[in-house]
Amino acid sequence: MSRDSLQIDSNGKLRHFLSISGLNRQLLNDILDTAESFAGVTEQTVKKVPLLRGKTIVNLFFEASTRTRTTFELAAKRLSADVLNINITQSSAAKGETLLDTLRNLEAMHIDMFVVRHADSGAAHFIANNVAPHISIINAGDGRHSHPTQAMLDMFTIRRVKGPDFGRLRVAIVGDIMHSRVARSQIHALNLLHTGEVRIVAPKTLVPAHAESLGTHVFHDLRKGIKDVDVIIMLRLQRERMQGALLPSEHEYFELFGLTEDKLAHASPDVTVMHPGPINRGVEMDSEVADGPRSVILEQVTHGIAVRMAVMSMAMSSKEPTME
Amino acid sequence: MPTADKQQRIRIRGGRVIDPACGIDRIQDVFVAAGRIAALGQAPDGFAADMEIDARDRVVCPGLIDLCARLREPGQEYKATIASESHAAASGGITTLCCPPDTNPVIDTPAVTEFVRLRAEAAGKTRIVTLAALTQGLGGEQLSEMAALKKAGCAGVSNAMQPLLNPLVQRRALEYAATYELTVFLYANDHWLANKGCAHEGHVATRLGLPGIPEAAETAAVARDLALIEQTGVRAHFCRLTTGRAVQMVARAQFDGAPVTADVAMPYLYLSEVDISEFDSQCHLLPPLRTVEDRQRLRDALQQGTLSAICSDHQPHEPDAKLRPFPATEPGISGLDSLLPLGLKLVDEQAIGLSELIHRLTTGPAKILGLPYGTLAVGATADICIFHPELVWQLDTGTMQSRGHNTPFMGREFKGRATHTLLAGNLVYSLD
Repeated sequence: MSRDSLQIDSNGKLRHFLSISGLNRQLLNDILDTAESFAGVTEQTVKKVPLLRGKTIVNLFFEASTRTRTTFELAAKRLSADVLNINITQSSAAKGETLLDTLRNLEAMHIDMFVVRHADSGAAHFIANNVAPHISIINAGDGRHSHPTQAMLDMFTIRRVKGPDFGRLRVAIVGDIMHSRVARSQIHALNLLHTGEVRIVAPKTLVPAHAESLGTHVFHDLRKGIKDVDVIIMLRLQRERMQGALLPSEHEYFELFGLTEDKLAHASPDVTVMHPGPINRGVEMDSEVADGPRSVILEQVTHGIAVRMAVMSMAMSSKEPTME
Repeated sequence: MPTADKQQRIRIRGGRVIDPACGIDRIQDVFVAAGRIAALGQAPDGFAADMEIDARDRVVCPGLIDLCARLREPGQEYKATIASESHAAASGGITTLCCPPDTNPVIDTPAVTEFVRLRAEAAGKTRIVTLAALTQGLGGEQLSEMAALKKAGCAGVSNAMQPLLNPLVQRRALEYAATYELTVFLYANDHWLANKGCAHEGHVATRLGLPGIPEAAETAAVARDLALIEQTGVRAHFCRLTTGRAVQMVARAQFDGAPVTADVAMPYLYLSEVDISEFDSQCHLLPPLRTVEDRQRLRDALQQGTLSAICSDHQPHEPDAKLRPFPATEPGISGLDSLLPLGLKLVDEQAIGLSELIHRLTTGPAKILGLPYGTLAVGATADICIFHPELVWQLDTGTMQSRGHNTPFMGREFKGRATHTLLAGNLVYSLD
């Protein structure tokens, strides 16, 4: 089954939300517009709409997460859905149950949507290919492959700060591109939205093979890589990368690729700094930058709720019977 | 198997007889008696056939020899058994299978070799030869009792997919194998560089975020292997090379006179990294499917003869093995059923001539294994494959004979199919 038919139904609506690649520009803009309408809801005193009343959503997390799971949970609750959090690392998988058996059991409980995080690339696709047709799958991160809601909340943030014309923007993504599902999704989203230039900046050990084929310009020097850019997205550096002989030390990494006020001067004067969190202060960025006026890191978190509400409601509405 | 004196005398009438080992390609009859080829063309004096096989419009060639097939027995009988896969081999025109030592228990004692031989004999559908473990338990540390294993009938030694991490152990193992004139079957894959990857390190793995296995995992291993082959003088065979560069290195070594041969597995001649598409676990192979360019270079090397055999690299699985997220699935394709039809497709695509294809499936692998099979010479063991080159059929769960249905070719329409298989003069399979 092609990715298009898996994610998009015959009416062009979102069935599952698995990866950015395979979607189209119109759909991304629809998600952003819908999120914009929900952003109002989250700012009201009564933060609820009844769109998914009576629906049951399961957060199926095979990998630990706080931020993503919490914002998905909040998003579902603000859509008036019933939410169940299942942390599989501590339950079935540990008892030897296969992923497929876990799914079958949950299906039998008449769930409407799974929000899935899994350590294996392709897990969300696998689940979408194997669940009952009435269930929607939202990918909350699979291996190194995709984290599409994170990418969409980043696009939402960029659009709010910089306006809707991505064509005039230069965006640099800095850090561990190799292992980052966030970076892969961001690159696809930025390119689908016709961003002027997408750059990735990292030492060669953290750049995947044929990275240019994703539609990026590759830089190995931070100052050159962020020269005149309008948006800088810093990625989290996992501490275990030091053990894998990918980097010599946090110290050297911060020296060369850590974002400081000093280095920031090479970017466009009104540059916006983003980070999907959680930040390693003093490793990928200085506190001064993280907490500074150009940082929108906390806005990203807030926007995460509206974007996830948008994706969940859109995926669920494609299941509704069409009006006669 | 029935004893020779009880065996039928068989006349195979009117087929196009192709035997690359003898340079034969002509329409003629084949006469089988006492389990051997009695004559070609004219019947021997006093030959009275007990059975006639009508081979008009069909090709009669030596039974196919598959250099690498996992039969899953002993140890993983829930995937397949020697009986089930022997049957699949026979129905695919294959009369000799070579089983690598990574069974459970490992083939590192004469007892396990004997077990496989007895099970194959009981099944009676195909001949199974074994490779013995190069190191005990394939652990890469202690040499196996190679002399005893050779005496027990092993056709060669191999550490299969298990790494020989220590080059000194590898050197000693190759030297010891050379002492007993055993061919070493090498799976070139640098354990550290492969780094638990599950797809070729290229644009597809990058897009899908799959941990990659670089080309250097194969070339670095081939380079080390070649250095140690030269050092020890052992006769060596590279199993299923996947990269154009590695093939080029082997071709160079052959040119320089090194005693090395190499094969390719059939899936790598058709598929590439691109076929993984959206996490198609049926295309999860180890070593991984490489680039489109590599696939072309493998085809070229096959045609030129650097690669002198095509194996199925048969790895049958139970359905669950492929029903997981891609990296968690078990690698491998069930390949016995599609070996001949995919080969004939190569001929259709003019990637190789029919006679050359049959060479790579019969006398090519026979030479690598040092076996007297793979020929229709008068007096040779009558292992014969008769196939209909124009018969159109579909590979599906109904036609597939292997117990493992894991193949990306499921549902594919093929032209050409084995109709009769003779093993040492016994008809072990007939489609009609």
